Amino acid sequence: MTDITMETGITSFRPGTSDKEIEAAALKAIKRRKQTVFFWQITILVAALGLWELSSDFGWIDPFFYSSPSGVVQRLYEWTTEGTAEGSLWYHLGVTMEEALIGFFTGSIAGVVIGVGLGRNPMLSDIFSVYIKAINSIPRVVLAPIFIMIMGLGLASKVALAFVMVFFVVFANAFQGVREADRDMIANARILGASDWQVTRTVVIPSAMSWIFASLHVSFGFAIIGAIVGEFVGARFGIGQLISIAKGTFDAAGMFAAIVLVMVVTLAAEYVMTLVENRLAKWRPQQSLETH
Amino acid sequence: MSKNQGREPAIELINVTRRFVSPTGKTLTALRDFNMTVERGEFVAVVGPTGCGKSTTLNLVTGLAKPSAGEVRLMGGPVKGIDPRVGFAFQKDALFPWKNVIDNVMAGPLFRGRSRVEAEAAAKDWLARVGLSKFLHHYPHQLSGGMRKRVALAQTFINEPEILLMDEPFSALDVQTRTVMHEELLKLWAERKASVVFVTHDLEEAVALADKVYVLTAGPATVKSVYHIDLPRPRVVSEIRYEHAFIDYCKTIWDDLRQEVETSYRRASEAA
Repeated sequence: MTDITMETGITSFRPGTSDKEIEAAALKAIKRRKQTVFFWQITILVAALGLWELSSDFGWIDPFFYSSPSGVVQRLYEWTTEGTAEGSLWYHLGVTMEEALIGFFTGSIAGVVIGVGLGRNPMLSDIFSVYIKAINSIPRVVLAPIFIMIMGLGLASKVALAFVMVFFVVFANAFQGVREADRDMIANARILGASDWQVTRTVVIPSAMSWIFASLHVSFGFAIIGAIVGEFVGARFGIGQLISIAKGTFDAAGMFAAIVLVMVVTLAAEYVMTLVENRLAKWRPQQSLETH
Repeated sequence: MSKNQGREPAIELINVTRRFVSPTGKTLTALRDFNMTVERGEFVAVVGPTGCGKSTTLNLVTGLAKPSAGEVRLMGGPVKGIDPRVGFAFQKDALFPWKNVIDNVMAGPLFRGRSRVEAEAAAKDWLARVGLSKFLHHYPHQLSGGMRKRVALAQTFINEPEILLMDEPFSALDVQTRTVMHEELLKLWAERKASVVFVTHDLEEAVALADKVYVLTAGPATVKSVYHIDLPRPRVVSEIRYEHAFIDYCKTIWDDLRQEVETSYRRASEAA
């Protein structure tokens, strides 16, 4: 191993170095790089939180408005052990998750079905494209008051809002993915004997899949936004309602604690989605590691 | 199928014209008064200048495109939609990247409603014939260009097409692999004796493989001349190119083709 000379990141080997040595050196370099990345990630997090805590403790910022990491952790601890002033934290979280998940699943299924349907039918897509553009230009959150007026303070209005947030993103990507499907591949399937439905199922949908997944990653976040904005505007339970109450009582720690909760939930969902995607996309070429 | 029908040519294009109309209303004629006959079991190559409409002829035979005028007949009958007796080899890779090798080859029989067991047996058989028995569960991106072409051939041949259309199938391969693929193709063809139309811009490839070479004019394409290639079969593609008769054919046909290629270049530069 002492034969290896390191020069500004590029490793050069003396002639006669065995493959095993090169491999070991490469693996070591990869490991070291990972460690460096992880070190800086942790350092930045600790520094940022530490600065916030100190600023708050020394009164550089007003703790009443900005709270502090320890305050937020304490509030989270209270909420999880004693529940919130408005009842069990888990109930609130459950309500928000229910709204977001129903909106996410219905919205993405509808988006995929309608996106694929219109993508496969040029006539329908020409007719409807103008309406879709028009509706898409409405900022979705302005629909919240209307949905709450029509559907009330309960589940339905939040689901409807999460649905429209998710639907357009997934629809646009599914539609584009279908349009990008390789023409030769479709012709190949048809000549091999595929019916229209078989072409859609075995060629068009798989090739649109990477587009659809790209949209699913962002759209779970959108579903949460839909649910929480709906709760801001009018609700009895949910994380959005907790934030709304915290705002009403000038409870900065409570607001931050709710934000942290939502962040954790969204990251967990993102992680699950990546696992599913990796399983489905095992046919895709893996990036090979660069070795010198 | 009666004896009488058996004597009809495999493919006939009779006075075919094919026009494309752009959304702005401009028309482009790709084929004009085009006539071609492919007998049963015959290997026909089509050469012509780039972009003259060679591929259009194939699309008319598959039924993916309809003629603007004239008639296309397969085995004596008119073309109605995509014909199950037709197989097609593409220039580009048209394999399904999300299916592994055996699933790609099984696609045809499964589309046509055969059982999984039957399809799998047939696919294994065809993959053995193209020498890929060890790669059943690889994905296309894990294979070399030549191996992917072999998978594509197995995928086409498994349907046992009576008519095989090939659109510059080997143009993306390197020269050595291409020669190997030529021999593989001739071997597979000799077993089945399908009627083949092989479109290419490579004159030597055309002469080495075909019984009959059609030379097309610069677009709109029409048949300029037809050459019968009387080289004995079975042919060894890697050696045939050094034979006198082969070189003579190439010279004669190239003299003919060159004028069209020059016309095509002149037009392209004038347009620019």
